[in-house]
Amino acid sequence: MTDKEILQKLKKIVTPYVQNEEGLNDFDETTDFLNDLKINSANLVDVILDVEDEYKIEIDNDSMNGMLTAGDARKIIQRKLRNE
Amino acid sequence: MLDYGIDHPGKWGRTFKIIFVNFQEILSRLPYSEPFLFVDSIEYLDENSVIGHYCFPEKAYYYKGHFKNKPITPGVLLTECMAQIGVVCLGINLLGIKNDETPAIAMTSTEIDFFLAVQPGETVKVVSHKLYFRFNKLKCKVEMYNRDENLIARGNISGMLKDN
Repeated sequence: MTDKEILQKLKKIVTPYVQNEEGLNDFDETTDFLNDLKINSANLVDVILDVEDEYKIEIDNDSMNGMLTAGDARKIIQRKLRNE
Repeated sequence: MLDYGIDHPGKWGRTFKIIFVNFQEILSRLPYSEPFLFVDSIEYLDENSVIGHYCFPEKAYYYKGHFKNKPITPGVLLTECMAQIGVVCLGINLLGIKNDETPAIAMTSTEIDFFLAVQPGETVKVVSHKLYFRFNKLKCKVEMYNRDENLIARGNISGMLKDN
């Protein structure tokens, strides 16, 4: 899976939870879930659970805490997929 | 769990854990008081579900205004009752707080359908099942029944819970 494919999938996953829809227009690696998309912390949990379902991975507390931007999420997904 | 389990020898050589939960301890850790406490008692509680009861007092102040000359329990208070029993009581149990602290809590989402009205003085039963508890978010499927076991309301409620 390329970086671009994962980012596209991530965009789709976060869309139902986004409060600031303008933030989706330039969705990229630097997009910050809380600040740019105004996703609240409760819905961020749902994003993580949807990511887990989509990629059949398990995300631990430490990974969750480091998942501030789409780029962070993409890296964590790839790391988990490589089973590291 | 708040209290301690014991290993109990079951049939066919299996052992299973019997958990004792001190319901009173859970009630005393609820971060609410009159006039905004909507839990009277807990009938059942484990790590996945809870059953509790509450009687909406006939003389409660809100019946004067909801509605004018036609007192009916506000849906928002039914929702609050479902959240206090179904999410907060269960959440306190899941956090397993050992000291006297009450957890920091915030309701984050409710999606409730209502089927029956609740009259002043009615006692309701709330039944809640955990859907998940991850990253401090507890999401539950919660139902409310009247004395005749008819469904009053049903839906999903989520909250964030954290040890203080």
